[in-house]
Amino acid sequence: MENDTCFHCGDDCGNHAITFQEKSFCCNGCKTVFEIFNENDLTCYYDLQNSPGAIPKEIEGKYDFLSQENIIEKLTEFRSDDIEIVTLYIPHIHCSSCIWILENLNKLNPSISDSQVNFGKKTVRVTYSSKTTDLKSIVLLLSSIGYEPYISLDDFKSGKKHINRTLIYKLGVAGFGFGNIMFLSFPEYFEVNEYWLEQYKPMFRWLMFALSVPVVFYSAQDYFISAFKGLKAKLLNIDVPIALGISVLFIRSTVEIMFDLGSGFFDSLAGLVFFLLVGKFFQQKTYDFLSFERDYKSYFPIAITKIEKNGNENSIQVYDIKKGDRLLIRNEELIPVDGILINGKAKIDYSFVTGESQTVSKRSGDKLFAGGKQTAGVIELEALKSVEQSYLTQLWSNDVFNKNKEDGFTNITNNISKHFTIAILAIAIVATTFWLFNDASKAMNVFTAVLIIACPCAIALSAPFTFGNLLRIFGKLKFYIKNASVIEQLAQINTIIFDKTGTITSNKSSNAQYDGLSLSESENLVLKNSLRGSNHPLSRTLYNILEENNIVTLDGFKEHIGKGIEAKHDNINLKIGSASFVGKPEETSVLNTTVHISSNKVYKGKFTFYNSYRKGVSKLFNQLKKQFDLVILSGDNEGERENLKKLLPAKTKLIFNQKPEDKLEFIKYHQSEGAKVLMIGDGLNDAGALAQSDVGIAISEDVNVFSPACDAILDASKFKELYQYIKASKSAIKIIKWSFVLSFIYNIIGLYFAVTGQLAPVVAAILMPLSSISIVVFTTISTNLLGRKLK
Amino acid sequence: MSVIYILLTVSVIVGVAFFFIFIAAVKSGQYDDSYTPSVRMLFEDELVKSETEKSTDIKTD
Repeated sequence: MENDTCFHCGDDCGNHAITFQEKSFCCNGCKTVFEIFNENDLTCYYDLQNSPGAIPKEIEGKYDFLSQENIIEKLTEFRSDDIEIVTLYIPHIHCSSCIWILENLNKLNPSISDSQVNFGKKTVRVTYSSKTTDLKSIVLLLSSIGYEPYISLDDFKSGKKHINRTLIYKLGVAGFGFGNIMFLSFPEYFEVNEYWLEQYKPMFRWLMFALSVPVVFYSAQDYFISAFKGLKAKLLNIDVPIALGISVLFIRSTVEIMFDLGSGFFDSLAGLVFFLLVGKFFQQKTYDFLSFERDYKSYFPIAITKIEKNGNENSIQVYDIKKGDRLLIRNEELIPVDGILINGKAKIDYSFVTGESQTVSKRSGDKLFAGGKQTAGVIELEALKSVEQSYLTQLWSNDVFNKNKEDGFTNITNNISKHFTIAILAIAIVATTFWLFNDASKAMNVFTAVLIIACPCAIALSAPFTFGNLLRIFGKLKFYIKNASVIEQLAQINTIIFDKTGTITSNKSSNAQYDGLSLSESENLVLKNSLRGSNHPLSRTLYNILEENNIVTLDGFKEHIGKGIEAKHDNINLKIGSASFVGKPEETSVLNTTVHISSNKVYKGKFTFYNSYRKGVSKLFNQLKKQFDLVILSGDNEGERENLKKLLPAKTKLIFNQKPEDKLEFIKYHQSEGAKVLMIGDGLNDAGALAQSDVGIAISEDVNVFSPACDAILDASKFKELYQYIKASKSAIKIIKWSFVLSFIYNIIGLYFAVTGQLAPVVAAILMPLSSISIVVFTTISTNLLGRKLK
Repeated sequence: MSVIYILLTVSVIVGVAFFFIFIAAVKSGQYDDSYTPSVRMLFEDELVKSETEKSTDIKTD
């Protein structure tokens, strides 16, 4: 019989499919979820999307802390006597079925009066009656149907989030002003000398004035502020000529209508501000479901179980942990502080910290570091430090996390604006002096006209539209960038530093090599079958590597947690596990993970695990080596040095045994030598290096769940495309330079009108939007062509 | 000719009214999530269907 896929989660059911109502399920968890939905008439969940679910996880005791008053207080956004509202982040939200089931939660728990999903942010906002239910039962309900919320220390600190919508308001005001002024200035464009039009001219003009006031003083205020700041810091940024242009436009237009000299340029003024804000809005591509600012707080739990002296178990907040406290860590829980293992078998998964997925076994008395996840049963530990002082978390006290990378970086637009502003002022002065001697009445007119027409709207729009569009194209290709200036910095990179584990190696699969006496066919059979029964990560890996075999029922199977497996079949007694477990003296100086095997108490051999490198690593490095200095900076030992040497181009520097601070210092040193560093890493231990580098890219197998603070997040499957992305960033800079050329042409045409003293409002009203729109069209088309090449 | 005053007043009032509706819409959070509502609006039918499914099981097969 062919294996079915699970009706609920879509996983392969294996040979143990559970059949219920003629549907197959891979496990009891999935079946239970189906039963819950079935009883409540919610099976529609499965009609909207095939196998949309997730396997519910063991959560016993995990959410006990949610019954504590002070924690509820912090997590809920609204609380009264009988109503509570809470917003929960649920990583599993991924399809329309998810929205449907989560918005019908009230069918499962009548105390829930409303639940609303925000798909982009992957959150659900639940309103419930606190008299008949509580936060803990809501979370347990969600977990029981496979939608376990992710509650971390981050939720605890940030509290109520504030959404900034000012840009939309400003855009609205500018758009409103622009449209209405355009409409009011139309009669005068064509200068129809009709009697009644002449009569009502002043009223039209003053209406336009009134409409332009909020545009200048509200919508455009950022440009004035930024220009002022720039001048204060002795920088001629792009906002200086913009602010100058806007103020000259406004003042000249007001003077004109006051003394009845003309109709003013209110239409161009409002249009200019509107287009500039559209550019800003377009550049502001945000990924709601991603966070580029994460630190350890996003991963650490809010509360942990503390064992009191009298043996009672109590939930306490992580921040309240003191040195000497006894803590209970359950399976799948994260260790929040450095501590000493007191009791139990620890198997710690440090993948959050190092990106290495292989678990580490610890015995009682060993030191455990914060950030590891316990993966085998319950352990007890004694805290050695508080949360903020732990080995991992103290990395965040480094200054580098308070620095803003954009400071001190002159972007391409501001670079050109320096020369541009000076040139424009020079032209204005020369033209004015010329007219002063020829026709003094026109001098002031020409001076203002030059400043108006030279207002660098098109220049200011080139970069936002190019980068904004490229940001979207990259986003579709699973390369998520924090903001536009990152693309610019990426184009200037000359050194690339890679982390090893989890970055150039994949943590999903490893390679294993067997050395020792060859195993007989029946031994192979038993080996494969006993691995099948074990949930240990190494067993799973080995199981996937070994060839297919028949499935037999073992006569005896016993898993010794932390040691290995013992399996019996016919007359073969197989032991698989650590060296001491199979009865072989422990080897010293072993750098790689090994699994040993003995059959009927005779030692057979061992499987040695090697890192498996991501597909295309070698090719990528060969592409990169021509233009960049390449470095591998690893926190691990040198076990892989030989392998890496074979794989990578000869000039790649390989540096091992680097602590998180060492990585940071290494980058700082190279930057002081003039290198522009791109750091590519994945674990929290790279966080310092990612923050210090010019561009920090985090590689992530699952972008929804895990990535340290960085400038960009790259989906692991797209790792080999990295070179293409860097190349695309460089082309983007070229596109911007070409659009600068284009806008200079417009400026020269405009300046001709201005310098000769014949700039009519209608010319400005045509030229300004025309230049802006053609720049937008040019950059959009060329970045789209660029994007097509990427695929 | 004073009809132009009326026309202007009306047009400005209409403009301002739309402007305030826009501000109110932004304030209410309408633009915060631009995806979920597009899916949500399709759900009303699904709910009815699952309720009637029991009684009309033979038909829907």
